[in-house]
Amino acid sequence: MDKSAFEERKTISAPVHAPLRHDSAHKHVAGSADYIDDMPEPEGTLHAALGMSDRAHAEIVSMDLAAVRAAPGVVWVMTGADVPGHNDISPTGRHDEPVLAEGKVEFHGQPVFAVIAETREAARRAARLAKIEYRDLPHFTDVTDTLANGAALVTDPLTLSRGDADAALAASPRRIAGAVRVGGQDHFYLEGHIALAIPGEDDEVTVWSSTQHPSEVQHMVGHALGVPSNAVTVQVRRMGGGFGGKETQSNQFAAIAAIAAKRLKRAVKFRPDRDEDMTATGKRHDFLVSYEAGFDDDGRILAVKANYAARCGFSSDLSGPVTDRALFHADNAYFFPHVRLTSQPLKTHTVSNTAFRGFGGPQGMVGGERIVEEIAYALGKDPLEIRKANFYGEAGSDRVLTPYHQPVEDNIVARIVDELEQSADYQARRKAILAFNATSRVIRKGIALTPVKFGISFTATWYNQAGALVHVYQDGSIHLNHGGTEMGQGLFTKVAQVLADAFQVDIATVKITATTTAKVPNTSATAASSGSDLNGMAAYDAARQIKERLVAFAAEKWGVAPDAVAFVPHHVRIGETLIPFADFIKQAYMARVQLSAAGFYKTPKIHWDRAKGIGSPFYYFAYGAAVSEVSIDTLTGEYQVDRVDILHDVGRSLNPAIDRGQVEGAFVQGMGWLTTEELWWDDKGRLRTHAPSTYKIPLASDRPKIFNVRLAEWSENAEPTIGRSKAVGEPPFMLAISVLEALSMAVASVAGYRHCPRLDAPATPERVLMAVERLKGM
Amino acid sequence: MQETDRIRFMLNDEDVVLDDVPATGTLLDWLRLRRRLTGTKEGCAEGDCGACTVLVGRLLGGELVCESVNACIRLLGSMNATHVVTVEHLAGADGALHPVQQALVDHHGSQCGFCTPGFVMSLYGLWLSGDRPGRPAIERALQGNLCRCTGYEPIVAAAEAVAATRPSSVFDPIERTRAAVKEKLAAFSPRQTIRLGGTGNRIVVPASADELAAVLAAEPKATVVAGSTDVGLWVTKQMRELDPVVFINHLQDLQAIERTPAGLSIGAGVTYTQACEALCALVPALRPLIDRIGGAQVRNMGTIGGNIANGSPIGDTPPPLIALGATLTLRSTTGRREMPLEDYFIAYGRQDRRPGEFVESLFVPAPAEADLFAVYKISKRRDEDISALCGALRLRLDAAGAVAEARICFGGMAATPKRATHVEAALAGRPWTEATVQAATAAFDHDYTPLSDWRATAAYRMLAAKNLLLRFFLETTGEAAQLRRFEEVA
Repeated sequence: MDKSAFEERKTISAPVHAPLRHDSAHKHVAGSADYIDDMPEPEGTLHAALGMSDRAHAEIVSMDLAAVRAAPGVVWVMTGADVPGHNDISPTGRHDEPVLAEGKVEFHGQPVFAVIAETREAARRAARLAKIEYRDLPHFTDVTDTLANGAALVTDPLTLSRGDADAALAASPRRIAGAVRVGGQDHFYLEGHIALAIPGEDDEVTVWSSTQHPSEVQHMVGHALGVPSNAVTVQVRRMGGGFGGKETQSNQFAAIAAIAAKRLKRAVKFRPDRDEDMTATGKRHDFLVSYEAGFDDDGRILAVKANYAARCGFSSDLSGPVTDRALFHADNAYFFPHVRLTSQPLKTHTVSNTAFRGFGGPQGMVGGERIVEEIAYALGKDPLEIRKANFYGEAGSDRVLTPYHQPVEDNIVARIVDELEQSADYQARRKAILAFNATSRVIRKGIALTPVKFGISFTATWYNQAGALVHVYQDGSIHLNHGGTEMGQGLFTKVAQVLADAFQVDIATVKITATTTAKVPNTSATAASSGSDLNGMAAYDAARQIKERLVAFAAEKWGVAPDAVAFVPHHVRIGETLIPFADFIKQAYMARVQLSAAGFYKTPKIHWDRAKGIGSPFYYFAYGAAVSEVSIDTLTGEYQVDRVDILHDVGRSLNPAIDRGQVEGAFVQGMGWLTTEELWWDDKGRLRTHAPSTYKIPLASDRPKIFNVRLAEWSENAEPTIGRSKAVGEPPFMLAISVLEALSMAVASVAGYRHCPRLDAPATPERVLMAVERLKGM
Repeated sequence: MQETDRIRFMLNDEDVVLDDVPATGTLLDWLRLRRRLTGTKEGCAEGDCGACTVLVGRLLGGELVCESVNACIRLLGSMNATHVVTVEHLAGADGALHPVQQALVDHHGSQCGFCTPGFVMSLYGLWLSGDRPGRPAIERALQGNLCRCTGYEPIVAAAEAVAATRPSSVFDPIERTRAAVKEKLAAFSPRQTIRLGGTGNRIVVPASADELAAVLAAEPKATVVAGSTDVGLWVTKQMRELDPVVFINHLQDLQAIERTPAGLSIGAGVTYTQACEALCALVPALRPLIDRIGGAQVRNMGTIGGNIANGSPIGDTPPPLIALGATLTLRSTTGRREMPLEDYFIAYGRQDRRPGEFVESLFVPAPAEADLFAVYKISKRRDEDISALCGALRLRLDAAGAVAEARICFGGMAATPKRATHVEAALAGRPWTEATVQAATAAFDHDYTPLSDWRATAAYRMLAAKNLLLRFFLETTGEAAQLRRFEEVA
């Protein structure tokens, strides 16, 4: 090796903590990144389309599919009776979610049959020709209706309790009570659902599925086909967005494609149209949160009671853990001395709601922040004062216990909030806004600083495990595979950085490969912000195993102590000898060193007893805070977000460029949820906002006009996570609550800030105007 | 094969000749399924998300104009004599990325990447405009592109960086071939009517407005398609069978824009983008509205004639055009018929268009210099949204400051775009004061009985309409009464 060349390459291209760009960025902009619909189709590929119910709740009296079968290009029409295994894709094993409805339908748009045809267009056209006779049953689509009509539940509710909330409420010098409606949200991943099933020999089938949870798709396809998991391989290289919408919702499309592929012995692709996707797949749960709180004259919270009633849809899906997580985040960053929180996962005749970034946490937090806001308006104070008065205390103090009895031991919220308050010039701006509002007739402004504390780990403790498979080939190139999926969040890039750093090679040496159940089994969903924490550690573990074997080999062959062997940039140093990495690997291969390893990781420390409502479900907490400033038009309710400042904690960032992208993207997505994204059902129980023409996610011109985003560079995870980083996918989503509250302040100005505006979410221009009108009358 | 039984256009570097085109086939399906150009994505199939954005070049007054369009709702049969440019065409021969692509990479402008080719094409369209766009122009160019991952900040940063450092010479696939493409497209322009397909699946591309009239006389049930921003959804969402489909997007004799002292005449085939400057020169207050119609792709495809002809109660252009006193010219083989625009809208889904007639042009009279005029669009999301309501108000004051004439028209408040005649009467002859305005608002209840739907409740529509009259008053007195994201209206 030429010495000068080594001198020039003392570093590797992308160690951990470097702001490396997304591994597929070049392919994204060139249009050469392949999504499943872009892959060459096997010869003779057939296409599927859904036949959907046009009733919200009804018995199926008869189904006449003759015209569907006779339509041009139709090869097969599949009903629930054609499912060879179990007609069920309930992810929690409650057997309440059929692949295709049989006997009755429970929401408008429920899949009743599937058409398999020579082309997608032929399948879609044929699906419209069915004649289905229904006998209508009463339907309840929204929370209020359902509460008034028996309040049936889809799964077991949860209670979190500490102290004596009733007694403490009764004894409180001041009390507020109220309710807030928090709307749902469609994921609007840009790439809709898709599955491509390719039949194999015997009972085998391979499914390319746009899923965050290949292992579950594997299990569900096996379950529906009546074959063991080892017959099913599920693969995905990348998704065009997921956000939780592809955690369980991919099962249906994959199962139908796989069943048809096996039956017809031809590949079957299933890509629903956007409207069908939005109609037939679950969304973020909307909630009605009813709350009571007791507090003192300084705004210190003494007691909180709250009930979280959620529209779960017709089946349980993930509604249990979602409504649980709502309760886990009702406290946000605040200590409730006495507390009782209850969930009500309501069965409604709507599509079954599911995971969505934050997984109930955001809804829980909106409820908690509303309590803070109510107290502030009741006392005539800045809500920020109330927030500060109620933060969890320092570790070891008597104000650290959460409603689920886990102590908050890594609390940095006060520092985050203080720094942001300074850097965003909050106090001076608030003063200026109060002065502006005093003289402006039509336009009013609002400003709000809200914090986030978000618990990291799946509350289903067994999900907190991950595997990776790493091969080092004879030429020194490295093959990386792990159980996580790439949906744009940059997981593959981060894990590749972990591996490149471990072996001290350039990132280009690491080949990132598609997730497949055949390489890493029994994986968890890429969800709960856990992707890098879990898979990064699993990959690190695989590298560790290979490196240990290599060190042993080098120590023996070169006759040095193991600690004299080191992986340095592009080389291995053995005593005084420096060997290029590829040469060293070749020698190791010749010496028959195993150059492949399966890595594994499980999150330590966590435990959770749901029945008792006691445990430590979270490994650590991620923190952040945002200041939002908005203007509203009090004549129309229109508004704009003028400026947002964010300080967010990602521990020691694995990749600051990617993490910043997560923070910004999550904020804007959260802002959409709380402002313009409105799901609207008509009186027939039909969702009428099922396409981007009617369902409005933020545009470039909706993003904050001034957007200052910083990562808390001083932060390090107190726990030994990968690189001391913290999870980033979900926590910053909730920073957008500051927008809702800033809008609320602007509304409050029309009545001299004497009343909490009780602005429900999403705060559409209509809700803002109606709140203005309500307050003007007070 | 005759020149009249095939369509000819260019795809990237290639000539394409097709004689077998499904009447309702989309450009996107053809690109992805037939040509395997999978860089262009389908996100929504309704022209809202922009993942399918491609550039389409066409000759306009002899010049090659390249604009972003939604391939998902653009019908393949409308592509004759155009140049389709997809994302695959952007990189140089050596594989080097175009500056707009490289900037997106450098600024971390992609996450999941699915929307990215569409953003690339929209930004490339902006690049071709030759300006150094600021934020208002960048945001306007991106109104038709949805991204769910990034929050847009890095995408806008990339666009700003490209604008700031625009290199003088780069490999630019469109500039490189501009002259040759112009020549080719001129050769592809039809001199005779093109007819493709058999019964149930016919496409007609008339060579002139005269021929269009003849075609419609023979086929009064034909579907006339200009920009396909509405008809495209009949195809992709309702799967309607259309026969025959008559494309008029290329007809230069429907694309005349003529300004006279009396006003402005606009051909029915003029797109929003083309019409924008002339309309805003006539009535500057129209610009904020036109800038909020669809996204850039929709404005590049959609026509004002189409916005009128389809008779929607929530079209954005009829309210201001009616308030301005615009007239419509309908044409058929038997001649021309002129009418006030408001008379065209008879009832929901019913217009005064006789069999064989088509909308030929629109005339917008020049408002008097002293006229007060405003148009307000209210929607859930500011940009690229359909109006909950859209109100246009025009007022002429007499020397004493009293209302001499008022013309007010709202969309979204009734089954058609409708004049607020009671409100107009309540204002007429009264001094233009806040008291007059407050008193007149009650008259809205006599003019309109709006509906509740997913865009707004009836109560909100009514309240907002009344408040817009107050906004109009306040603005005429110089008070700041609406939000503006940017100070300049660029």
